[in-house]
Amino acid sequence: MLQNILQEIGIENYIFLATALFCVGIFGVLYRRNAIVVFMSIEIMLNAVNLLLVAFSTYHQDAAGQVFVFFSMAVAAAEVAIGLAILVAIYRNLKSIDIDDLRNLKG
Amino acid sequence: MDSTLVLILLLSPFIGFLSNIFFGKSLSKNLSGTIGTIAVGISFVVSVILFNKVLQSGKGITVHFFDWLELFNFKVGFSFLLDQLSLLWLLFVTGIGTLIHLYSISYMHDDENLHKFFSYLNLFVFFMITLVAGSNLLIMFIGWEGVGLCSYLLIGFWYKNQNYNDAAKKAFIMNRIGDLGFLAGIFIIGYLFNSLDYLTIKQALASGGFVDLGWLAFATLCLFIGATGKSAQLPLYTWLPDAMAGPTPVSALIHAATMVTAGIFMVTRLNFLFELTPAVLNVIAIIGALTALIAAFIALVQNDIKKVLAYSTVSQLGLMFLALGLGAYEVAVFHVVTHAFFKACLFLGSGSVIHAMGGEQDMRYMGGLKSHMKTTYITFLISTLAISGIFPLSGFFSKDEILLVAFHENKVLWVIASLASIMTAFYMFRLLYLTFFGKFRGSEEQKHHLHESPSLMTFPLIVLAILAAVGGLISLPGNSWLNHYLEPIFIGSRPHHAVDSTAYMLMGVATVGALIGIFLAYSKYIKKGELPAKDKEVTGFAKVLHNKFYVDEIYTAIIVKPIYWLGDFFKSIVEVIISSIVFGTGKLANILSDQGKTLQNGSVGLYLFVFVLGFSTIVYYLFLA
Repeated sequence: MLQNILQEIGIENYIFLATALFCVGIFGVLYRRNAIVVFMSIEIMLNAVNLLLVAFSTYHQDAAGQVFVFFSMAVAAAEVAIGLAILVAIYRNLKSIDIDDLRNLKG
Repeated sequence: MDSTLVLILLLSPFIGFLSNIFFGKSLSKNLSGTIGTIAVGISFVVSVILFNKVLQSGKGITVHFFDWLELFNFKVGFSFLLDQLSLLWLLFVTGIGTLIHLYSISYMHDDENLHKFFSYLNLFVFFMITLVAGSNLLIMFIGWEGVGLCSYLLIGFWYKNQNYNDAAKKAFIMNRIGDLGFLAGIFIIGYLFNSLDYLTIKQALASGGFVDLGWLAFATLCLFIGATGKSAQLPLYTWLPDAMAGPTPVSALIHAATMVTAGIFMVTRLNFLFELTPAVLNVIAIIGALTALIAAFIALVQNDIKKVLAYSTVSQLGLMFLALGLGAYEVAVFHVVTHAFFKACLFLGSGSVIHAMGGEQDMRYMGGLKSHMKTTYITFLISTLAISGIFPLSGFFSKDEILLVAFHENKVLWVIASLASIMTAFYMFRLLYLTFFGKFRGSEEQKHHLHESPSLMTFPLIVLAILAAVGGLISLPGNSWLNHYLEPIFIGSRPHHAVDSTAYMLMGVATVGALIGIFLAYSKYIKKGELPAKDKEVTGFAKVLHNKFYVDEIYTAIIVKPIYWLGDFFKSIVEVIISSIVFGTGKLANILSDQGKTLQNGSVGLYLFVFVLGFSTIVYYLFLA
């Protein structure tokens, strides 16, 4: 039955979509200066990979990939919570979340 | 019961040490001296009890406390062996030790660090007992190092004088050189026999086990090197005369009567090993004879009263090693005992003289003390006669036996030993005449100060003088109690030299030799009334002797200087090279990282860019290229 889904829409389309999403994520990370947008872009990249995992899992008739995605999403949720908390803390201190202002890491 | 006695024997001086080192400052001077003396006195009493026991049973007592080291089948126990040999040593170590402690109470009463002095002396006695009573070589080594430490502490006791500190360091370093040999010997014996226990090794040998004689000879040679350090033999003897920097009771106890005989004790203890290596015994005999001769030569012209006695000690120790080398262990032990009596008496006597002279040690400023210090003079005279070998005092018997053995074994060594004996008589009477006879040559102030020492000091002198006089009774020729007593520590039966006409002839020769020495001293210093020349006016061979054959200078030139030179070489060349390599590496890393650290500019955007770049590169090379 799962095979049918791939017959309707070919596997290559999933790959193109995932690649496109990933590139959007990369460009978001590179060009945007707002920390939250950068953060969102990273999430997009993560989910592009998740999408690929699910697609290939179906392609290979192996449920392991889908289970793996569940775990990855759970971890990502935890990561988002921490990441946002850090951003809030930064904002409280600097009144800004522009990543160009975050130069205290200079070595 | 036995183990309790041994514990008391060992711990009594140790507790004396602890109480004096920790609480001595708050105790009164007399009290800390009393504690020290009683602590050693208890050990003496215990030694006597144990001695009686062994004398009656005829068997040694072994006390095992616990297993100390266990490596596969190699075991070292923390145990003690009290047999004929160790008890003999314990008796005179603790006995003379008690007398010298008693003497020190009075001799040192003006010293601000009196409690320290007694604590060190107690510690010394503790380590000496450990050395003597241990049942294996490792325990002996503990004592061996411990007495070396105490010797160092006591030589440098008056630490405000830099010369004394240097003398202490010299003694310590010279001893370390010997100790290295001793330790190497212990290792080899452990390797050969898988045990360091005297009785185990003795039994292994008695039952005819196979031993690699080459290694064994190397081991005994190493042990003998250890003995040359501790017992001041060629080539490591130079520390002993310098060790006279310590207070006089220390010289009497450590550097004449007890510690310096440790080497002889060790060789006698391991006689069954040395017996298997005749070549090493020959070396011992030759070194002993040469040491006896050279030290006697140097003693002829020394002017410091303690230096004369120090060289005399080196010379007498040489004679003991001569006896050991000729296989006559019991004769060496006999001389150790009599020497301990008369040399301790002589040193304490010289201490009494120095005390009266207000610290003056140069004999050229003494003279005529006979009438001022009757007791000191008489005891000193008895001991001097004893060391010169005049019948019937103890030195006569012991020295005569050594000469007898030498005569039977090797005529050349006999001649050397006889020469040394004649010189002994000469320089000892020179010392006696210069100190006690003639007119007083010191300052007026000193003359008023002259007095007999208090009875606390003269009592030990009297006891030791009596012992020096009658000590010969323990081993009369032909009917020797000592030889019979020591029989169990040897393997097999001992050779006996019958008292025949040769023996009487040799006694006659030795006595005539001693009388010649005394007569020479008499005619030179009493009849002609000569005085030793001032330091600068000494010429010819006397100058060489006066400067101790320049041995110290030679050692400085061939050992100390090259070591300094090598040290300078390493410091100025090798260290510079190595440090420039090390610092250069650091600097290189610094220069490189200076460029790299601009990358770490804190801009999160740049980091992300580099991160993506790197990731893309990885992806490209892994999957696409």
